[in-house]
Amino acid sequence: MKHLRSIDELGKEGLERLLESTAQMAEINRRPIPKVPALRGKTVVSLFFEDSTRTRMSFETAAKRLSAETMTFSVSTSSVNKGESLRDTVETISDMGVHAFVVRHKSAGVPWQISQWTNASIINAGDGAHQHPTQAIVDCYTVRESLGLTSLNGLRVAIVGDIKHSRVARSNVAAFTLLGARVTLVAPPTLLPPNTATWPVNVAHSLDEVVKSTDVLYMLRLQSERMDQGLIPHLGEYSTRFGLTEARAQNLQSSSVVMHPGPMNRGVEMLIDPADLPNSLIHKQVANGVSARMAVLFDLLARGGELHSLQEEVVQ
Amino acid sequence: MNVVIAGGIVLTAQGEQRLDVRVSNGEIVALEASIKSDAQDQLLDASGCHVLPGFVDLHTHLREPGKEDSETIETGSRAAALGGYTAVVAMPNTTPAQDSIPIIDFVRAQGKRARLVEVVPSGCITVGRAGAALAPLADLARHGVQLFTDDGSGVQDPSLMRRAMEYSRDLGITLAQHCEVSALTAGAVMNECSCSSELGVPGWPALAEELMVHRDIELAKLTGARIHFLHLSTAGSVRLVREAKREGLPITAEVTPHHLSLTEELLRTFDSTYKVNPPLRSATDIEALRKGLLDGTIDAVATDHAPHVRRDKELPLDQAPPGMLGLETALGVVLSTVPMNAMELATVMSINPARIAGISDRHGILPRVGQPANLCVVDMSAEWNVDPRKLASKSRNTPFVGRTLLGKVRHTVFDGDVVVKNGEAQR
Repeated sequence: MKHLRSIDELGKEGLERLLESTAQMAEINRRPIPKVPALRGKTVVSLFFEDSTRTRMSFETAAKRLSAETMTFSVSTSSVNKGESLRDTVETISDMGVHAFVVRHKSAGVPWQISQWTNASIINAGDGAHQHPTQAIVDCYTVRESLGLTSLNGLRVAIVGDIKHSRVARSNVAAFTLLGARVTLVAPPTLLPPNTATWPVNVAHSLDEVVKSTDVLYMLRLQSERMDQGLIPHLGEYSTRFGLTEARAQNLQSSSVVMHPGPMNRGVEMLIDPADLPNSLIHKQVANGVSARMAVLFDLLARGGELHSLQEEVVQ
Repeated sequence: MNVVIAGGIVLTAQGEQRLDVRVSNGEIVALEASIKSDAQDQLLDASGCHVLPGFVDLHTHLREPGKEDSETIETGSRAAALGGYTAVVAMPNTTPAQDSIPIIDFVRAQGKRARLVEVVPSGCITVGRAGAALAPLADLARHGVQLFTDDGSGVQDPSLMRRAMEYSRDLGITLAQHCEVSALTAGAVMNECSCSSELGVPGWPALAEELMVHRDIELAKLTGARIHFLHLSTAGSVRLVREAKREGLPITAEVTPHHLSLTEELLRTFDSTYKVNPPLRSATDIEALRKGLLDGTIDAVATDHAPHVRRDKELPLDQAPPGMLGLETALGVVLSTVPMNAMELATVMSINPARIAGISDRHGILPRVGQPANLCVVDMSAEWNVDPRKLASKSRNTPFVGRTLLGKVRHTVFDGDVVVKNGEAQR
């Protein structure tokens, strides 16, 4: 595999391979010194054109634990502010001899464009409302691990909120479906994409019904700008209809789990403190994020590499 | 200079005839079965070709003044001549916009300087294409402008459009509308469809076009004004225009080669070459557009030739400007996608557009003695591949790279001069 830009590009086999590999990486992360020499000599560049804390740090931590060199490009301090084009920026950094770009951009498709201008591997860390494949790998892994499942076949997953603008939703629909889960989208019609007829999902408009019968309740962040765009009348109305309230949490089955990709909007989609949820996977999602991104980096950059490089080395 | 076009099949009012053509002083002076050329004649070999009235493009963005890095009137004229055109209507979304006599004069003068095709400037409907106040339609009409449009955007305000139509009624001009209700297309990147939903990008719904087509048909009924619909792209628009024409309204419409041939699925590549306004639509829309062209609902093929420099087209898809080249590939795309005979081709590429542009006294005339010599010689069965490096346009944003097209221009004669010979521009 050369790039990871979308779940579709990865395919079922690739996804399952990465989930296995994530488990191996999680084992490394439990060691007293969670660092291996696997990617020594490789350089990974974080190319973030959009603000991000957790995803960028998660990738950089993952790269460091595999002993890769990391560089960070952030727009505020870069030549982009001097009018340098995306292509020039990528080609310039590429010329320095890098092996992977981890790319986040507010516009859909930028990882595909960039891959034409460099020989390095491209990892999509979020492009517009299109794809965020590593988040979906994290989420599938987290569900599998937490519920102790070997297969997600038939698992009921409900994704709730602003589907229309969510790359997390698009990647998760693809990933959970590939693994055999049954996905239901829950949102007001204005926050659904205009044409979902071809998507392999069910659509529901009442969260009260859905909470009673889902195995995974995946809450999405609602940005307050959706109100300014007139997609919802006001946040309060949204919370009443689509927020996770205490009452709804009580209606969850005891075996069901709650997820959120972060950052949470407390008081909007999360009306209950996640700390009070007995079955929240939100912290596990963050912790597993590092393992999953290690798996992706290892898969892309150590192709043909030896698994023994995952053995701990003595770090002086 | 005298020109003899020998060995071709000439499309005359009496049908296709094997004739030679002699051109002298800008006019056709003889049409005979065999014309002997002498040493000072320029001889054009038309064997295997059709001799047609030169094509007329109702919709060309020449970018001058304002964006000369992407195209100039000269480079765009050369591209047009190579595409078999002898006249192009220059769209008014230049900088400054073509809403005043000096700018119209400038565009015309640059066209005359290039001497490759007739450059026919269109005028703006509203001042600066801002959609707020009427441009001086009567002044510009008296100055010879026939076609008025705010192309690039539609006139949003229905009251202003009504006034434009009422005001234009006794000026003998035509208003051309870019049909797009912009409130429905904010941030749009491609057709609104299952593909745009998957890619997570805002779409242009078909409704945004059809609402304005419908509105302007009703306004035409109310005011009696002549209206031309630019670049129709949806099955619904074709249906609306077909019904309105049945009622006898003075409505005309055009379609672009790319809307006849390319679908929205191409946007999956995230290549902004395929981003265009109106957007590439579905296979169903393409089918309806082809049918509309063949049954006369759509009068003309127009290129919407829209050059953009590479660095602009390399922006992310949502920031890249819409538009694609069209002049040099139009014939090949049309014949590859909509099978037509020479008469049908001349009708939609030359005769009808010349009439809509108000230039049918000198363009779009089937060859006959005494008429201005604006002709193209085309091999309707030649296949060729599009090589972007060989395009005369200053820009390279063609979506037809690597495609095999059917139908190639061999020669173009503009105002009696050979401007393209054997596929090569002569100046």
